[in-house]
Amino acid sequence: MAVVARRRNGAPLMDRALGRWIRIYIPLLIFLLVTLFPFYWMIVTSFKSPSELFDFNQSPLFVRQPTLYHWQQLLLHTNFGRWTLNTTIVAIVSTAVSLFCSVLAGYSLARLRYRGSNAIGWSIFITYLVPPTLLFLPLTFVIRELHLFNNLLALILTYPTFLIPFCTWLLIGYFKSIPRELEESAMVDGATRIQAMIRVVIPLALPGILSAGMFAFTLSWNEFLYSLIFMNDSVAKTIPVGVPTELVHGDDFFWGQLMAGALLGSLPVALLYSFFVDHFVSGMTAGAVKG
Amino acid sequence: MGTIADRVATPGAGRIRSRLAAREARLGYLLLLPTVAVLVVFLAWPFLFGLWLSLTSAELQDPGRFIGLANYKFEFTVDRPFLQAFTNTFLYTGVTTVFKLGLGMVMALLLNQVFPLQRFVRAALLLPWIIPTVLSTLAWKWMFDPTFSVVNWLGVHLHLITYPGPNWFGNTGSALVALMIVNVWRGMPFYGISFLAGLQTIPTDLYEAARVDGASRWQQFIYITVPKLRPVLLVVLLLSTILTFADFQVPFILTNGAPFNSTHVLATWAYQWGVPGGAIGLGAAVSVVLFPLLAVLVAGTLLLLRRPE
Repeated sequence: MAVVARRRNGAPLMDRALGRWIRIYIPLLIFLLVTLFPFYWMIVTSFKSPSELFDFNQSPLFVRQPTLYHWQQLLLHTNFGRWTLNTTIVAIVSTAVSLFCSVLAGYSLARLRYRGSNAIGWSIFITYLVPPTLLFLPLTFVIRELHLFNNLLALILTYPTFLIPFCTWLLIGYFKSIPRELEESAMVDGATRIQAMIRVVIPLALPGILSAGMFAFTLSWNEFLYSLIFMNDSVAKTIPVGVPTELVHGDDFFWGQLMAGALLGSLPVALLYSFFVDHFVSGMTAGAVKG
Repeated sequence: MGTIADRVATPGAGRIRSRLAAREARLGYLLLLPTVAVLVVFLAWPFLFGLWLSLTSAELQDPGRFIGLANYKFEFTVDRPFLQAFTNTFLYTGVTTVFKLGLGMVMALLLNQVFPLQRFVRAALLLPWIIPTVLSTLAWKWMFDPTFSVVNWLGVHLHLITYPGPNWFGNTGSALVALMIVNVWRGMPFYGISFLAGLQTIPTDLYEAARVDGASRWQQFIYITVPKLRPVLLVVLLLSTILTFADFQVPFILTNGAPFNSTHVLATWAYQWGVPGGAIGLGAAVSVVLFPLLAVLVAGTLLLLRRPE
């Protein structure tokens, strides 16, 4: 009550600053601490010597004698380089395939009028809601029939099942936000519909396509279940599968290497987002609000 | 090429219009072709095949034979870890969704304020959601280690818990709590950032008008923010609930059922039967159980979404 009363007669400056600390800065700091602590712990762990790792008599929060031992082990004595290459190839190719399909599908569903387009749009939205958990067992048969076990194509072909619906849905929103008149005036000037699409609509939808591509890249970079099941050879694995399966021997977890691998494996997507965070927030608005 | 003007003005416009419509339809279907092909071969067909598998005694090298509902009967009457996984899935989804919703809203309201280093803070708070879940879950597994848990070390040194602190994966209750903590940590940013995106579309003069009318902060939140956020709220809730319901990565990496197959969820239990266990039919039955539950959820949300504002 007292606080309210005082604010009405104009709170003193000190009080306002204090209020901001209590209402905004302190809660934000708590959020930041909880969010970032696991990353700090990864870094600290990856630089500790094997004996220091299990010494909790002194504060485990700091490294006394930093060593590159785990990093060397990870980079020189495991297939981590190969996993990185695999993950990169799969993420780039499946993103490209998905973007190609969903730009066409998104344009078709947002712009062209024909029978059944509404129903198809909704069923694509619904497929977005069928999680890999429901599909991985039957897909093992499909992949075996196609002889694609331990072949990156197994992932390149299956990842679009969850990337395309998502990208299409996001792009429909973008295409709809582009005024029809632009396209129509291009057609009045003699362009065909496809030319109008390629020269007018797609360039204007580029921010949306970029968002969709970023999401798709991240989702394929992070995918775990299909990769776990389809890739069993050490050299065929992706990072999210290689790290937890190859850096653990029985009950023996090599925490130093595991955390170094976790850091390196997170780096590409973390960098991608740190550059595009604002773009990402606005992409989310388009996707979430219009979706 | 008939122009727009032709279409409207000339007497024969009807015929031209219908020819144009036919051409538009052809192009429409053509552009959908790649998407539909991929989704039919790798999504719709496996889905139907999965339903069939759940009615068979299939194993990896053997398509098995039709055995009716025997797999389901086995699951619901004999398989104790399945029943536990069934309850765990609901508990895991329900509890984490409440926390993600609440904390995500707080996060969004905070991020919507003006403060220094805004860009950095946003990017930092988004991190758990964008980096590979498996990798961050490994970090949490190490943080909850039975003997070298830094969480317990911090708790003891901050005088929040007594030495030695909980053996996180030693009993079902604390293992489930650990799973939920990791899931909330990972999922909250998605709520936070989506809500933030939604908040930024609300015109500020609404709040100004409300303040002039003497509305308190809480009243502004209930009568302006929440109704305006409703579409975003629903979409986020839908997506997150589905993903949590079918979550595989966090439970698989963090506990994989420990202790004694008591912390499985449907996804990990389906994997357990289907892949290491080799009983694909049984595994498929476990994962198909997810489907009606998801379908109800999806249908409900779609209905809510289509309701006019």
